[in-house]
Amino acid sequence: MNGKIFRFLSSLSGLAALVGVWAAIHAAYGPLVLPRPDLAVRELLSLFVSGEAQQALKATLLHSLAGWATGSLLGFLLALLAGFWPLAGLALRPVATVLLGTPPIAWLVLAALWFGANGFDAGFTVAVVILPIVFVAALQGLDARDPLLDEMAAGFSAPTWLRFTDILAPQMLAYLLPAAATALGMALKVCVMSEVMASGTGIGGRLAAARSNLDLTEALAWILLVIALVLGLDLIFVAPFRRLFRDVRAPGGSEPC
Amino acid sequence: MLSLTELCKNFGPQRIIAQIDLVVAPGEFVVVIGASGCGKTTLLRLAAGALSPTTGRVDNRFSRTASVFQEPRLLPWRTAIDNAAFGLKALGFDRRQRRAKAETILARLGLDAAELGKRPAALSGGMAQRVAFARALAVAPDLLLMDEPFGALDIGMRRSMQDLTRREAEKAGMAVLFVTHDISEALRLASRIIVLSPRPGRIVADIRHNPLSDPAEIFQAAASLLKKPEIEAALFG
Repeated sequence: MNGKIFRFLSSLSGLAALVGVWAAIHAAYGPLVLPRPDLAVRELLSLFVSGEAQQALKATLLHSLAGWATGSLLGFLLALLAGFWPLAGLALRPVATVLLGTPPIAWLVLAALWFGANGFDAGFTVAVVILPIVFVAALQGLDARDPLLDEMAAGFSAPTWLRFTDILAPQMLAYLLPAAATALGMALKVCVMSEVMASGTGIGGRLAAARSNLDLTEALAWILLVIALVLGLDLIFVAPFRRLFRDVRAPGGSEPC
Repeated sequence: MLSLTELCKNFGPQRIIAQIDLVVAPGEFVVVIGASGCGKTTLLRLAAGALSPTTGRVDNRFSRTASVFQEPRLLPWRTAIDNAAFGLKALGFDRRQRRAKAETILARLGLDAAELGKRPAALSGGMAQRVAFARALAVAPDLLLMDEPFGALDIGMRRSMQDLTRREAEKAGMAVLFVTHDISEALRLASRIIVLSPRPGRIVADIRHNPLSDPAEIFQAAASLLKKPEIEAALFG
């Protein structure tokens, strides 16, 4: 227990140092460069009290999670197609390389032109950025699978669903999960960037408005909200899976058969 | 009954198996021996349906076939009991039934209750091979295909697994097609010994035999087998 508290306090110390640097810059250069940290926090609280934060949060979460889920699902399905149908693999691998090499800002401009600034552009940009990341990771998982386990399952006439859930999926997840976790954080950042640049909705839209008004305190309040969101998503979606996989890889323990 | 008729297998231009005719009857313990690379594993994979013959035919009339491989091929993310229950899961048994059945068989094969919740990484080679054996026995096969399953075990563990295999095969009345390069293993287990020539593998001897357990008898039987020039040539080139 003491070890856990120590680790928690150690991780907090890094954040505290960051706030300390922020306060020092404020003290050295004044509020025109950086407002006091407590003022930014107070501003964020007032945004919550007025309901503006919830509204922006809802829009950004919708755009980023919808884009992330769509990109991940398509990337996974295309990887299955490429893994089991060599011709599709030959066609899709270079496409994934091109998509990976295309900067998100290029998609963002195209999406704004194609769909207009209505929030869909942000979701689209996120999906296009996430898709090749998940595709490549899932394909790596497929390429690295153990053919002897497939032969073993075939020897027991295991049905297709069992081969997927018990043989293929665990091997793919070892590659997919870290990629999906990285992609989730990236989805949020790309979404906010897209909102700032084009859509004018969500947290990014409010951040852009604060920039236009030269309201540095409000801008920092929105940035704090984005950081809290990334940490929150990691805690809710990624950390439980990380724990689960660590347990599954451990030599002991038992999970249902 | 398993019938292999005029069986040939090529990998690319190379012929691995040549004109093999073999029938495995119910309850028979057939051991195939031959030098490394003579096509023993290929023969077993053909019998299992994992490979298609280049020419010839494989006709498996047994109702249920299970395999035990050289390496245990356990799922690293599953516990010992879950691995042993895999074949039952494939057959559609519910969780309670398959766990109960797998537990009984694992206990019969000498796995303690404490071992059931361990994953393969925490099991010794012998234990992992027992789990693989339990996985095959759990589905109550009438034909068991075994590909040098004890090759990686030490001599003591090997002997105990051989006795266990013989006992389980007799108890269940199942046919076994067992592949090994170890003549003493063949003499300990087989009711029939098939000797394959070096590549391409073809049958050079088909010997009816009574399994032996006394090491002196096994030594004598091996010596008399090796006096036959065709067997000596097949095993030592």
